[in-house]
Amino acid sequence: MRWLVLPMLAALDPPMRAIQRRIGIERLAYVFLLPTMLIFGLFSFLPAALNVWISFTGGSSTIVSARPFVGLQNYEALLACESIFVPKSCPVAGFGFWTGMWNTLTFALVQVPAMTVVALATAIVLNRKIRARGFWRALFFYPVMLSPVVVAVVWDWVLKRRGILNALLADLTNAWNGLLAWLPFHVDPVAAFRPVNWLADASTSWPFFWVVFVYSWSHLGFYMLILLAGLQAIPKDLYEAAEMDGTPPWRVFLRITLPLLMPTLLVVLVLSLIRAFQVFDEVYVLTGGGPGTATRMVIQHIYETAFVSDAKLFGIAAASSVLLACIILVLTLAQLALSRRQAGG
Amino acid sequence: MGAAIRFLTRTREPGRLGWTDILAYAYLVLGVVLILAPVLWLFVSSFKSQRALIESDPRFLPYEQVTVTLPGSTRPSGLVEWTAPDGNRRVLVQIRPSGTDLVVADPAKPDETFAVPRRETRPHERVRARVENYVEPTLQGGRTGTFQFPRYFANSAFVTILATLITLTISSMAAFALSKYRFRGRDTFMFLIVATLLMPATVILVPLFVVVKNFGMLDSLWGVIIPGAATPTGVFLLRQYMLTIPDELIEAARMDAASEWKIYYRIVLPLALPALAVLAILSIIWRWNDFLWPLVVLTRSETFTLQLGLSSFKGEMNDATHYLLAMTVLTLLPVTFVFAFLQKYITTGIANTGMK
Repeated sequence: MRWLVLPMLAALDPPMRAIQRRIGIERLAYVFLLPTMLIFGLFSFLPAALNVWISFTGGSSTIVSARPFVGLQNYEALLACESIFVPKSCPVAGFGFWTGMWNTLTFALVQVPAMTVVALATAIVLNRKIRARGFWRALFFYPVMLSPVVVAVVWDWVLKRRGILNALLADLTNAWNGLLAWLPFHVDPVAAFRPVNWLADASTSWPFFWVVFVYSWSHLGFYMLILLAGLQAIPKDLYEAAEMDGTPPWRVFLRITLPLLMPTLLVVLVLSLIRAFQVFDEVYVLTGGGPGTATRMVIQHIYETAFVSDAKLFGIAAASSVLLACIILVLTLAQLALSRRQAGG
Repeated sequence: MGAAIRFLTRTREPGRLGWTDILAYAYLVLGVVLILAPVLWLFVSSFKSQRALIESDPRFLPYEQVTVTLPGSTRPSGLVEWTAPDGNRRVLVQIRPSGTDLVVADPAKPDETFAVPRRETRPHERVRARVENYVEPTLQGGRTGTFQFPRYFANSAFVTILATLITLTISSMAAFALSKYRFRGRDTFMFLIVATLLMPATVILVPLFVVVKNFGMLDSLWGVIIPGAATPTGVFLLRQYMLTIPDELIEAARMDAASEWKIYYRIVLPLALPALAVLAILSIIWRWNDFLWPLVVLTRSETFTLQLGLSSFKGEMNDATHYLLAMTVLTLLPVTFVFAFLQKYITTGIANTGMK
């Protein structure tokens, strides 16, 4: 790597030296900032501004100046519902948006607390004096490294109708019934296990459950690490004092661990909420939003409205993004305020 | 191996196990089963024959029917085990099915055929890892139809390596400016960089697409590489680290008439190597696993990254599951190796800088 990178950097020395002579040392900082700011300008700030503009235009052109201004039409298409709680009462575009929005909201409200509790439990266990802590910690973190597509293929393979989970459950049921038959008294055997189509059975909530489960499975390790770092920052002498007083463990948890971990816990909650509102990859590859629209998230609605449908309704998609951006904006500001308070105090 | 043993014996605490310890270990073991079992199952399944996969053979190891090629025949015939009513078991070669019977023969005397009831037979199998699942799509390509693994792999590698190099270069430049210079507007720049956190690609998908299209980068790997090359996380991670580099070093170099660029790449970059390593690892993971943005930018299958190729291959609903599983394993292997060797740096790096 050195032999490749160093000559390239060295080659830039003469031109940078010339610029330095011309503008002086202090103003050279702007040159150092230029590439990063150029990319941010073109691919973050410009799109953010365009997003608002495109949300007021119609048609399917990608030339911004050629898009006709339609005022609030796109927003009306999204919001003109009899009730936004009933997506069916909305226009077509609004149906997709609100289905996605409510699915995403449900997802966030179920997934974030569930995952945070498990991540906290795991961090607490890993913070104990256990053997091979590094090994366990690495294992719990491993799924974070896997790509969403890989995660989806892995779990699809486990969960399909003739997959290993159904086979295991059938074996367990049989083993249980076999056990019952050995008992000296009579116990009614459990009905034979019927394979469940975990990801496609529209009459149950299993697809949604597994979407939450698989997403949490692949993201848990990251939050577990942050919580573990937070736990390790709690002074050890507090625990030693509590031990000397003979404080019961649950009291130690409620009175010492939880209050002192609260800042970290808040960061984790907000961060995972921000991410949960942007959920797409795992779910899209795992269920494609199905069965029906049971796991169709709002990003999928935006993606399909703009890029998959023949109509290429960029305006509707942009208006949906603007509405979603408002939620992300509030959450991100909360996160920044939290981490600033944490850094300050 | 030595590293693995050191892991397993680390933080060893002599003493007896309380019930809470047992509970803790039980929790960990359950967690590990939940995490590793699905990946392991995928790995083992990727060595199974197409037939075993279609029939969803639930056995752990990959079994395959043994075949022989009879003299005078070009196609291999399968062997079956026949359990005769008297309990004798013989291995026979299957010639052809006939109603509820199978016409079979002794492999040594293939001409003397006779019929046995099909229900008294079962395939004669052996454990065999089908390496062909891996070899055929990677080396031959032809039989896997639309899935061009080598091309997708090359695209993914190109994107990952170039994007990471660009990210490291421009982020360290920006971090150098923000940590070692006092100039007008520094706080404004810092604010602007933080503000990009409010505009994740998922939220500005449509206009980002419009911008990239107008730059002519659609269906080009550059359209994937450039927009994500600048990252606020990277800039702040490096800036935080560079703040700890003493200014005296830079002053001394200036005394020696070193140019600012030379100070940047000769003094600051080498000293910031640990932080650069963390950012490099993060960038590699982000880029290798990236999905939504490539999905929007890349529409022609020649430009697909591995993730796109895999997901479209999965969506095609074909019976080539054996290739899908093998290719999934190949996709997760590089990341797994990187992780196995660097897990300590990755986990501590993320715990310390985290937040993305």
